[in-house]
Amino acid sequence: MSETINGDGVAVAANGVGKTFDTRSGEVQALTGVDLRVAAGEFVSLIGPSGCGKSTLMRLLADLDSPSEGTIEVFGKTPAQARRDQDYGIAFQQAGLLPWRTVAANIGLPLELHGTDRAARAARVAELAELVGLSDFADRYPDQLSGGMQQRVAIARSLAEQPRLLLMDEPFGALDEMTRERMQAELSRIVGESGAAVVFVTHSIPEAVFLSDRVVVMSPRPGRITGVVDIGIGRDVPRDEALRETTAFFAKVTEVREALHGTPVTASGREGR
Amino acid sequence: MSVVDGVRSPRRDRTLRLVAPVAVGLLGLAVWQLLVGVVGVSAHLLPSPSEIAAEWTANAGPIAEAAWITGVNAVLGLLVGSAVGVALAAVAARLRWIDQMLAPVVAGLAVVPIVALAPVLNSMFGADSEIGRRTIAAIASFVPVFLNTLRGLRQTTPLHRDLMRSYAATGPQTLRTLTLPTAAPYVLTGLRVASSLAVISALVAEYFGGPRGGLGAFISTSAATSAYARAWAYVGASILLGLGLYLVTVALERLVTRLLTGGAR
Amino acid sequence: MTADAAQVLRARRPRARSRAARVRVALLGVLGVLAVAAAWELYKALGPDDGVVVAGTRVLPRTTDLAMPHTWEMVARLLEPTTSQAGAAPLWLTVAQAALVSLAIAGVGWVVGTLVGVGLGLLMQVWRVAEHGLLPWIVLSQTVPLIAFAPVVRSWGARIEIAGWQWPPWLSVAVIASYLAFFPVAIGTLKGLQSPQRTHLELMHSYGASRWQTLRSVRLPAAVPYLLPALRLGAASAVIGTVVAEVSTGYLDGIGRQLVAFAGQASGDPAKAWAPIFGAIALGLVAAGLVGLVGVALRTYRRGEAS
Repeated sequence: MSETINGDGVAVAANGVGKTFDTRSGEVQALTGVDLRVAAGEFVSLIGPSGCGKSTLMRLLADLDSPSEGTIEVFGKTPAQARRDQDYGIAFQQAGLLPWRTVAANIGLPLELHGTDRAARAARVAELAELVGLSDFADRYPDQLSGGMQQRVAIARSLAEQPRLLLMDEPFGALDEMTRERMQAELSRIVGESGAAVVFVTHSIPEAVFLSDRVVVMSPRPGRITGVVDIGIGRDVPRDEALRETTAFFAKVTEVREALHGTPVTASGREGR
Repeated sequence: MSVVDGVRSPRRDRTLRLVAPVAVGLLGLAVWQLLVGVVGVSAHLLPSPSEIAAEWTANAGPIAEAAWITGVNAVLGLLVGSAVGVALAAVAARLRWIDQMLAPVVAGLAVVPIVALAPVLNSMFGADSEIGRRTIAAIASFVPVFLNTLRGLRQTTPLHRDLMRSYAATGPQTLRTLTLPTAAPYVLTGLRVASSLAVISALVAEYFGGPRGGLGAFISTSAATSAYARAWAYVGASILLGLGLYLVTVALERLVTRLLTGGAR
Repeated sequence: MTADAAQVLRARRPRARSRAARVRVALLGVLGVLAVAAAWELYKALGPDDGVVVAGTRVLPRTTDLAMPHTWEMVARLLEPTTSQAGAAPLWLTVAQAALVSLAIAGVGWVVGTLVGVGLGLLMQVWRVAEHGLLPWIVLSQTVPLIAFAPVVRSWGARIEIAGWQWPPWLSVAVIASYLAFFPVAIGTLKGLQSPQRTHLELMHSYGASRWQTLRSVRLPAAVPYLLPALRLGAASAVIGTVVAEVSTGYLDGIGRQLVAFAGQASGDPAKAWAPIFGAIALGLVAAGLVGLVGVALRTYRRGEAS
């Protein structure tokens, strides 16, 4: 089900965002001076090593934490308001399915909480299950599904209310490489059809390049944005296995890797400079 | 099955599970009958199984009546104690300062002999009232239900809590869709433990005086009048009562687990 | 300093609560106990004299001074002499002496119960047949009420005489207490011995370790987090067993007899009946505290424990 993209919309606008945590051994600056803009319908990845603050930033966007400094606007509102208005859907690294509910009941959870009537809910759940290819498993329980299938349920659930923004924190992190590549293609297709903006946290370079319009590179101690790589592959190019083997893809992967390391890598693979 | 599990086949394991305790039981019975019937050890104080069986059939009526009285006391105590336990645990899970106030009281109740209250309760409520015994059973049931429920209410994972927050779910919604289903198995474990405690404490409370009737009272008077075979017959009835209530709570536990997971587990 | 080193240091420092937080927790605890006393007085002040009667049964007690003495009366009574006889010791002393006697007996019962419980636990872990055969009976044993044993144990004890040493009556009480104590210890020991991670057991197997070496190096240490709460439960059970057994066997020196006797005098001296109750409470708390010391001694083996 496609949705008209709000062309003039800005999904996320973060200005000078910083987050400091108080721990027993003193203050930890998880984020500092973050400026980020995500347009409506744009797919943006956040990539960086552990401790660079990418998950923290996503949690701030989701109003699961509040920033110590700076401002965040989601569709022109505060994150708290956006959360109350249910403007975004979220998917975590662990699927986080409720073990006592069937697949169908899990997908329908947000709909149920927000008062959708039973008939409409059943129809939407069936649609979403079909979308992620789990129609035959709608009556199963999470402990009967593989990790990849559970994650597909979580993604279906995050799409349940047709959000204009998807926040995903390493949703494929717990999967094996083959399943992961398959899920990336699926996600790209689904998101393309729905036209939602996506903020996607990952620490896999090929994954970021495969999925995104732009890759935001981050660095730790303190967590900050150190670079942005425009992938520029274009939305009309299908995201499939063939794409992974093109020269343009490799070039972009290299560019992101350089940005992460801070040192340019020569064509022969040895570090330059 | 790795090497550390041992090399027995599953079928042999299953038959052994059934046969072994029965074999031990029969062996025990045989030794008992032998010692008492043939060798004559303590025939006076430790009657043979056959004598006890005879007393059982002879006193079937009074035994059933006494079992009813003790059983009702245990069940009423269990119900009231569990209800209060769940309610207070819900409050304590929500308000930390109430939890901290209750903690020493409950910890104290867990280690003190509650039956010590029995004589005083009997004088408070009147010597003809069963309420004293029911109160003892209620307090004994309260402790495991409270502790287990409190634990269960705290078992929600941060991930699930974040998910509920991302849905802007209200407090009651989160309670209904996340907290209660997570806590349910723990509440039922508490009930299972409480059921045995309720029966034992209702019975032991009867040793400390109070109205006539009840299994404990009859065991006590039978022992006092040296009618040991009859005393053991009443002991048999109390074992059955405890077992019966335990099985009820186990069945309840299975039922709720099935309702929650549709038999998938 | 690298991130890893910082992380290790953070983990090593114990999670000590700030002093203010600890004081607050202690104060709230005391407040909780006072709240119980306050509830007692509140009901006494507001409740009807004859108690609350619902459908013929009195659900809430009478509020007269005879049935429900004031909390301060209970405390004051502790300082007065036990009986009206001349030179009688103050009540708190009599109760304390009886409580100490019961504590000693419960201690013996706990030690015996622990030895038997650990022994059975070890037996059942080492031989699975023993577990299948014995465990159901051990569980069933706890449904048999104590009083059935009391006269039997007392009478047997009276017959035992080894080279002039007579079976003392208090030993009957201790044996009955150990019967209650051994059960949680046996179950806890078994569960603890079966708890080690499969990886640890396979590691020992790869070293060619014997069954006993595995027991000593892996199973016993892994059992400590399960054994400690079981020992605490065993102590509580030993105390209950002691009190009930004292009443059943008619033992004179312990707190059990005082509970029944003073309650019998409640019509003339209502506050006196509460003194042995306070003694029994103190008894249970001290027993649990002493067992807690064992936990402190074994704290290295608790490092892997989940909170």
